[in-house]
Amino acid sequence: MLDSAISIFTAGRNMARLGEGLWITLKISLSSVGLSVLLGIPAGLLMSSKSRFWRAVLRFYLEFIRIMPILVLLFLLYYSLSSVFNINLPATFVSILVFTLWGTAEMADLVRGAVTSLPKHQWESGRALGLKETQLNLYVIVPQAVRRLLPGVINLTTRMIKTTPFVFFINIPDLVKVAQQIVEVAGLRNNLASVWVYGFIFLIYFAICYPISLYSNYLEKAWQT
Amino acid sequence: MKESDQTIIKIHDLHKRFDQTEVLKGIDLDVHQGEVIVIIGPSGCGKSTLLRCLNGLEPINSGTIELNGQIITDPGTDWSQVRQKIGMVFQNYELFPHLNVLDNILLGPTKVQGRQRSEAKAEAESWLDRVELLNKADSYPRQLSGGQKQRVAIVRALCMSPEVMLFDEVTASLDPEMVREVLDVMLSLAKGGLTMLIVTHEMAFARAVADQVIFMDRGLVVEANEPEAFFSNPETERARRFLNIFQFEGVHKVQESL
Repeated sequence: MLDSAISIFTAGRNMARLGEGLWITLKISLSSVGLSVLLGIPAGLLMSSKSRFWRAVLRFYLEFIRIMPILVLLFLLYYSLSSVFNINLPATFVSILVFTLWGTAEMADLVRGAVTSLPKHQWESGRALGLKETQLNLYVIVPQAVRRLLPGVINLTTRMIKTTPFVFFINIPDLVKVAQQIVEVAGLRNNLASVWVYGFIFLIYFAICYPISLYSNYLEKAWQT
Repeated sequence: MKESDQTIIKIHDLHKRFDQTEVLKGIDLDVHQGEVIVIIGPSGCGKSTLLRCLNGLEPINSGTIELNGQIITDPGTDWSQVRQKIGMVFQNYELFPHLNVLDNILLGPTKVQGRQRSEAKAEAESWLDRVELLNKADSYPRQLSGGQKQRVAIVRALCMSPEVMLFDEVTASLDPEMVREVLDVMLSLAKGGLTMLIVTHEMAFARAVADQVIFMDRGLVVEANEPEAFFSNPETERARRFLNIFQFEGVHKVQESL
C-alpha cells in the first residue's frame, strides 16, 4: 500500500509540480504578510492618533475589508477589471494585492489595540524628555507595541498562509491546486490517492506554520518585560 | 539665600479648565535661579496641573508662562526645546520597560540632543554613581524597586541638563522605607543649587528643602511664604487647617469641636 502511495508522488513530474505549487503559495503568502506588517504599523499608528480624518478613513477601510469576502475582492480585481476596463493584471500580482489589503487592515487594527493598551504615562514621560512625536513612536511606543502585538501577528500570519488556496479561483497553480490535479489523475487507479496527497499537503502546511508558532513562543519569552 | 535675582520662570494669571471645571483660577508665580519652591495643598487643588502646564503636557486656557523671558504659551512653541530646559519626574515610575537603565537615561541625550553616546554615557554613569545605582546600569526596570526606579527617573531627567526640574508627587506611590532614599537625592540636588518645583505631601521634607512654600487650594495660591514661617505660623486659616491634618491626625475631632 505504501508503495502505491509513494508511486503517486514519484509518477511523472508530480513531486516537482508540488514543489512549484509550494513556491507559489510561499511567495504569495510571505510577500503579503511582509507588506501587511510594513504598511499596517504606520496605518495602526494613524488609527490611534489624534487625527479624526485618518481615524475615519482607516476605520472605513477596515470595515470595508472585513465585510468584503476575500474571494469577491479577488474576482473584482482579476475578472471585473479586465472585462469592464480591459485592465489585465497578472494573477499573482492581484493575489498579493488582495491579501495585502486584507492583512494591512487586520494588522492596523492589531497595532491600534496594542498602542492604546500602553499606559498613558509612557507618552508623557517620553514627551517630558523632549522627544518629538516620531522619535516617541520609534523608540518608545512601537518597540513596546510590537511585543504586545506578537501573538496577534502570528495568528494573522498563519491565517493568511491558510487562506492563500483561494488563489485557485483565479487560476494560480498553488500547492492545493496542484494537489487536486494530481488526485484527479492518480485517483483513477488508486482510490486512496486523495488521502495520501491531501495528507501530504496537511503535513506541508503544518511544517510551515508550526515553526512560526514556535518562534513566537521563543520571542515572547525573550522579550518578557 | 542661594537664589539669584534672575527669574527663570514667570507665570502670569494662568487659567486652566477641564471641561466646565476651572482647576487653575489665575496663578502668578516667579521662579528664580537656584530656588526650591515646594507646592503643597489638598488633592484636587491644582498643584499637579500647574506643573503639567509648565512643560506643555496640559494646554492652558489663558495667561502666560515665560521661560528666560520668552513666552512659551503661544501656539508656535517648540515644546521639544522647552522640555529640554524643564525636566519632569512623575508619581508613577514611568521608565521605559523595554530599555535597561542606561538606555532609559541615554535616549534623551542621544536622540533629542544628538550627543555622542560615549560622552553622554560617562555623564549618566557619574549620576548613577551619585544616586548609588551604578551597579544597576544594565538592569531592566522590572528588576528594580520603586525607589530605585524613581531615582533612575530623576537621573534620566537630569542628564538632559535642564535649567529647572519639576517633581510631581514623586514619592506618593512609594513604600515608606523607599521614600527616604528618593528625598535624599532631591535634598542633595537642592544643595547643589538646582532650581526645582516640587509638589509633595511630605511636610517635614518640604520644610527642610524649600526656599519658598506655596500653599494652593481650589485653583488659587492661598499663601506663599518662607518655610519656617509657613509651618510654624501660617498666615491663613485655610493653611492652618491643612497643616493640622498632618500634625494632629489622631485628635482631629477634638480640634474641630473647639
